[in-house]
Amino acid sequence: MTEKVTAHSSSAPAPARSAPSGLQTGGTGGASGDRVFSGLAYGAGGLILVVLAFVAIFLVTESLPALWPTVFSDQDSISSADTFLQYVLPLMGGTIIASIIALIIATPVAVGIALYISHYAPRRIATPVGYVIDLLAAIPSVVYGAWGMVTLAPALVPIYGWLHEHLGFLPFFAGDPSTTGRTLATSGVVLAVMILPIITSLCREIFVQTPKLHEEAALALGATQWEMVRATVFPFARAGIVSSVMLGLGRALGETMAVTLVLSPGVFSLSLITSGRNATIPSEIALNFPEAFGMRQSELIAAGLMLFIITLAVNMIARWIVSRHKEFSGAN
Amino acid sequence: MAKRIDAVDLNVYYGKFLAVEDVNIKIEPRSVTAFIGPSGCGKTTFLRTINRMHEVLPGAYAEGEILLDGENIYGPGVDPVNVRAEVGMVFQRPNPFPTMSIRENVLAGYRLNGTRMSKSDADAIVEKSLRGANLWNEVKDRLDKPGSGLSGGQQQRLCIARTVAVEPSVILMDEPCSALDPISTLAVEDLINELKENYTVVIVTHNMQQAARVADRTAFFNIQGTGKPGKLIEYDDTINIFQNPQNEQTQNYVSGRFG
Repeated sequence: MTEKVTAHSSSAPAPARSAPSGLQTGGTGGASGDRVFSGLAYGAGGLILVVLAFVAIFLVTESLPALWPTVFSDQDSISSADTFLQYVLPLMGGTIIASIIALIIATPVAVGIALYISHYAPRRIATPVGYVIDLLAAIPSVVYGAWGMVTLAPALVPIYGWLHEHLGFLPFFAGDPSTTGRTLATSGVVLAVMILPIITSLCREIFVQTPKLHEEAALALGATQWEMVRATVFPFARAGIVSSVMLGLGRALGETMAVTLVLSPGVFSLSLITSGRNATIPSEIALNFPEAFGMRQSELIAAGLMLFIITLAVNMIARWIVSRHKEFSGAN
Repeated sequence: MAKRIDAVDLNVYYGKFLAVEDVNIKIEPRSVTAFIGPSGCGKTTFLRTINRMHEVLPGAYAEGEILLDGENIYGPGVDPVNVRAEVGMVFQRPNPFPTMSIRENVLAGYRLNGTRMSKSDADAIVEKSLRGANLWNEVKDRLDKPGSGLSGGQQQRLCIARTVAVEPSVILMDEPCSALDPISTLAVEDLINELKENYTVVIVTHNMQQAARVADRTAFFNIQGTGKPGKLIEYDDTINIFQNPQNEQTQNYVSGRFG
């Protein structure tokens, strides 16, 4: 994105410089302004790369003792497990599962709300609903965590009981259902509520930008409202939906406070409804970092590096999904 | 298949604003009728009431009757979705669905409502519609390429093919050539001449020569001033409108004195 902008603005002044004197703008205007803007754009683009590089360097150097203890530390192995992978894989599993639960719940709801606001609701309802959704994003995550712990978790206990009774043959609902509700599934639900506003408002922004021309083309062919949405709004918004879901996923993967408050952590398990099972990387770091030093601190930072890599991978996959249908995106 | 259109005492509103007042017109089947008039005179607005696309805009509605072979499309219990399947529309700017291939664009009317058909039936419809839009020879080797990759004129003919594919009885065209170059315009005008063998064609145009070239009958709309409703001033055979208009406003417009 940044590269494109700078490429355009840096090439723009060239013809102005070679122009005959009669055509010059007199120094104050166009060309110098262009150069300033191009410099700012370059600077902003460069800065983000530098910051990212420093974060990556910090994570890698601090992680090395945990990643390769025999070389970079005076210990033979890390302190929490035999190998680093044994330590971090369960955490990664918990993080990813909680985020997937959040996405499975939040995506259809968010897309539905966004569609309702953009294409179904009369304006005097759509605007307030939009405000309320945006307001959800302004609530601090610790409040969500407290709500999840105090209100949501007990409310979900009977549902977990029911799931265990009827779907207990699935590994997700095996094991003793929690009596407090402080499980990975509850964390996932809280995360879903947290990422709902970001997905909703991005989707809404994109849905309303669907060209009227295409919507009318569908309607004029005898499409119902829903058929019109499927034929024009969704294909037009595809890349945007994927991006907004990825932003939501990014937030869910990195969310710390809410999960820390809700989840009663423990060893990795496929069972989502048992307390004292599973943990996520951010909440593991938050819970243990204040008292950690030496090898333990390296382990935690290395876990953070893994989260960094997961997020990077997720974003690259998302870009790939978006770019696969470039030819048909409507950008041409 | 082509149907007669009768507008009876039709008033068209945007919210409280009366945009077109008291239109009465009879449009014969298998003919081309052109609507001409200055900008803002309500010709496009009226055109969009014939397939109930007008009411898609918030607050817009129409009063009165439009009869398709005697059946009022504004009658109680009439589903606008069915009206639009019966009365096709081609827009001012070519608007093929950008996410669909040429073939899918032609079949869009069927795909939209989930009509299932065998591949051979679909192929037959695609070929027939594209031939009907004089586009087959140009695109037959690249049916799976995106429709948005065609030239403007080809895109507009693709849109006509898409409209023809669902076999409507009326085809409405809202300034279909205003975004096209002269060669493409000629191709679309030739096509309009062929379409009238099977359809009732109504075309809005800013271009009086175009009306004179393609239309059997021409309706002149005018507006008395800003904020006033548009009205149907004169409706007659095209040759009379251009060579022997009865109304002074028509005379002034077609002779280029305003508009």
